Amino acid sequence: MTWQTGYLKIFVWVNEMEINDYEVAVIGAGHAGCEAALASARLNKRTICFTVSINSIALMPCNPNIGGSSKGHLVRELDALGGEMGKNIDRTFIQSKMLNVSKGPAVHSLRAQADKDSYSASMRQVLQKTENLDIKQAEVTDLITDENNKSVTGVRIATGIIYHVKAVIICTGVYLKARCLCGENITYTGPNGLMAANSFSSSLIEHGIKIHRFKTGTPARISRDSIDFSKMEPQYGDERVVPFSFSTDPDSIQKDQVNCYLTYTNEKTHQIIRENLDRSPIYAGVIEGTGPRYCPSIEDKVVKFSDKDRHQVFLEPEGLNTDEWYIDGMSSSMPEDVQIRMYRSVPGLENCKIVRNAYAIEYDCVPGMQLKNSLEFKEIRGLFSAGQANGSSGYEEAAAQGLIAGINASRFIDDLPAITIDRSEGYIGVLIDDLTTKESFEPYRMMTSRAEYRLLLRQDNADLRLREKGYEAGLISEEEIEKLRLKRKRIAEEIARLKKVIVKPSETLDHILSSNNSTPVATGISLEELIKRPELSYEKTVDIDPERPDLSEDIKEQVNIDIKYAGYIEREKKQVEQFKKLEKKLIPAGIDYDDIKSLRIEARQKLKNFLPESVGQASRIQGVSPADIQVLLVYLRTKGI
Amino acid sequence: MENDTIAAIATPVGNSGLGVIRISGAEAVKTADRIIRSRSGSGLDLCKKPTHTASYGFVYDGDECIDEVMVLIFLSPKSYTRENVVEISCHGGMYVLGKVLSVVLKNGARLAQPGEFTKRAFLNGRIDLTEAEAVMDIISSENEFSRKNSISQLKGSVKDLILDLREKLLSECALIEAALDDPEHYDLSDHMDILHRKIVEMINDADKLISSSKDVRFLKEGIRVAITGRTNAGKSSLLNMLTGYDRAIVTDEEGTTRDVIEEKISLDGLTLYLFDTAGIRRSDNEAENLGIEKAYQYLERADLILFMIDSSRELDENDLGIFEIIKEKQAIVLLNKSDLKAVTDINTVKRHTDRKILCISVKENDGINELKDSIRELFNEGKISDNNMIYLTNERQLDAFTRARDSLLLVKEGIEKGYTEDVLTVDIMDAYGHLGSVIGQSTEDDLADRIFEDFCMGK
Repeated sequence: MTWQTGYLKIFVWVNEMEINDYEVAVIGAGHAGCEAALASARLNKRTICFTVSINSIALMPCNPNIGGSSKGHLVRELDALGGEMGKNIDRTFIQSKMLNVSKGPAVHSLRAQADKDSYSASMRQVLQKTENLDIKQAEVTDLITDENNKSVTGVRIATGIIYHVKAVIICTGVYLKARCLCGENITYTGPNGLMAANSFSSSLIEHGIKIHRFKTGTPARISRDSIDFSKMEPQYGDERVVPFSFSTDPDSIQKDQVNCYLTYTNEKTHQIIRENLDRSPIYAGVIEGTGPRYCPSIEDKVVKFSDKDRHQVFLEPEGLNTDEWYIDGMSSSMPEDVQIRMYRSVPGLENCKIVRNAYAIEYDCVPGMQLKNSLEFKEIRGLFSAGQANGSSGYEEAAAQGLIAGINASRFIDDLPAITIDRSEGYIGVLIDDLTTKESFEPYRMMTSRAEYRLLLRQDNADLRLREKGYEAGLISEEEIEKLRLKRKRIAEEIARLKKVIVKPSETLDHILSSNNSTPVATGISLEELIKRPELSYEKTVDIDPERPDLSEDIKEQVNIDIKYAGYIEREKKQVEQFKKLEKKLIPAGIDYDDIKSLRIEARQKLKNFLPESVGQASRIQGVSPADIQVLLVYLRTKGI
Repeated sequence: MENDTIAAIATPVGNSGLGVIRISGAEAVKTADRIIRSRSGSGLDLCKKPTHTASYGFVYDGDECIDEVMVLIFLSPKSYTRENVVEISCHGGMYVLGKVLSVVLKNGARLAQPGEFTKRAFLNGRIDLTEAEAVMDIISSENEFSRKNSISQLKGSVKDLILDLREKLLSECALIEAALDDPEHYDLSDHMDILHRKIVEMINDADKLISSSKDVRFLKEGIRVAITGRTNAGKSSLLNMLTGYDRAIVTDEEGTTRDVIEEKISLDGLTLYLFDTAGIRRSDNEAENLGIEKAYQYLERADLILFMIDSSRELDENDLGIFEIIKEKQAIVLLNKSDLKAVTDINTVKRHTDRKILCISVKENDGINELKDSIRELFNEGKISDNNMIYLTNERQLDAFTRARDSLLLVKEGIEKGYTEDVLTVDIMDAYGHLGSVIGQSTEDDLADRIFEDFCMGK
């Protein structure tokens, strides 16, 4: 028992019990926290996962879907590495759609509508059944480090109890000093009225960690009975559902799906918004946090894109056992009366009843430049951070980071080198590299255009790219990895065969060519050459290939893509080789940038701020020019590095 | 990027009997092999030659034979850079040498950065560590120079064209990316025809600039400084003094005419071409007048004139003639021989010109630093520049611009072959990046910013 002298707690008598049962503490049980806790526990670390409410595990407080453009890639990669999100959405989806199928394979993206309650319940069950993992409803108030503030040693919760651990993973999402705004009405809570965590940010600051304030928002939920769907266009799921997880049997998940609906705002909607802009907390200047450009509120859309006379609005069910519908495209922080009028101006919503208001939320987060790409803090050993707390947005971005942090917390304890993913290996790598090397002024959302090696990083080959890493980490079983290796072998064999098989001119060949508007051939041609033609494919050449082995759909897909895009794939692979060279040139921790006289001052300052881990990372910091990198390389060489 | 294959003309610029093009990098031998054939037109199979061997052949640009050459092969690690190195000795003058270089660049190499061979030699452990500082300084001063000047070197119309092309490419790409990211919101059907038309227009514009640039390609970059004055005013001594300023970077170059000596010096990252013109004096001798005619031409074309006056002699009609010329030009008047008794003093000179006047003594090395400062100052104030050059005369810029055009050709081909948008954007953004390096701008985050600016994204 002792007097605690921390901020705000003077003269509070605190019961300071100490618990030594755990090795890893995960703060938060959202999408990042769940993956982090599962990875850590599955790697045999005694893990405790704190959440402010046991009912908010894997909560989806915003959109009711998983995946979508580029986010679908993240989920696939997460699954390849041994994460849970893909499996969980396969268990609980109510509609599924592959987006962009008419476009190239690099931008195909899977998106599934979730039954929100089932999604959370299912994930909670997985957590509860996982060995080595305990869940604890408690607010973590303090981070505890050694006296030099160099290593984390534990956390303290609101009741005063201290948990001594070897690694801590911050997955606090939007809960740190959260405040929700709905017009003039401000509440100091997290999403859905859940308790905010008000002490932890100050503890982070006391430990020298920088904090940013970000903002995001969510639209209203409207009751089904009050919606007139006949005035909207139905949006159907795919006839044949493709699972997210490489471990899910596609046949096992074919089921009846729900519809979503499309409607539009109109001039009347926009007029209501314009007339009430002064009551929007953003435009009235009440909101301090920076909001994302890619996820604008309807107010932002009306102001910024004033030339557009309508905006799309998608209606999506929140689940099978609730009558709430999510109004995708109309997030807002307007006062309730404006919201009601605004929503009711939309066709089909004339008589709508709002169950939950739209609101904006502000929260504290940790600028990612303080982190290594293992997601461990550069300055405090054993302290990791993942998810929205790092300034990202989205369930998928959060989960991906959670998994990486969970794996690396475990490896930190075992004194093993971190497992990291670079920009050429996966969207997860692009995500983490962007978060850690770019100064961000808004929540970060994944986009396929952020991936420079997009043609290599497809959602269809996430397993081929990352399963081996998952296996190395210890989250992928022998059986799974054998399956993957066999798949890889089959693909290579089939491509080699197609290069060798020469097709002679024949009636069948002529027929295939003419029916596909393809140039006739006079002499023999290899199957590979034929498949390369944009108008032909692996499937279309089956009739002239009697020796073709019986292969599974996913292998056929890889063969087809690898052959058709070979030129571009080769080009990107070459670029990757160049890229890897700089990534592999590591910069020693104690480097003195002031000693490198030829560096420009701006570059020197940036390098001192970011402390990049590799020359490759340094080259991506804004304000560091290619010539600065050359100078850095020469300098490292003089030091014998 | 390290270890890609680089090439450059390794011998000093100027009309000499022989010139060497050096290629270094993993693909060096392959690149040479692609363009060099035997007399009978068959390949030389250079890849199979052992190291330190010489081969005889002809450089071809497609079917056109350009020059008769000797090819020296140095395989890694026994070479200057410790990478595979090929040196092609060409027989032609500057024009042919440049042409051979452009064929090499078309066949897998990129133009070397200043000091890049040396840098590689250093990084690969070939050069002593004590040279590291010097190498770093060269890199950073070249960088400083090109950063400051890459845009100002461009003529307004060229710059406008490049900015315009970049703008078009970025907005095309942003549209495609917005549609890929938010397919339920933005539709690309029927867009390919429009894109194809736009890309073809851009290629045409680019081709025009490339062909007009090639005509003037071998005009050298740098500031042309003409030193003039009466015979025996000390012009040659000044030239020697200035070139002695930094021997490490000086490349001696013989002038293109016998009566004008040309030297290239580097003044804190500024490249100066010094022309020592024949002494100006009236003469009845026709041949001599021809030389003087030439000297006047050089004065006409110079970006800056250094007018040397011998202060120990009276001004004569030749001096007065030069005062007339420098009325129209940027000039610095140098009163030399301040160590001797002055006959012509600064006040006398001031009556004839409003240009800057410096008293110097070349013999005593007096006032030389002030001269250098004055030149730098004029440049920094934008009063002298190398803007007089037409089109893309800077080889690096032309190289980058040509790469941009080639990427556009790939986009065009891709559309014709029916490739999908995700593939086309690779080449669109490549073109955008290459154009960026022409004008010294990076591409970082432009695209994401543009998408958010132009398109209402997200839910």
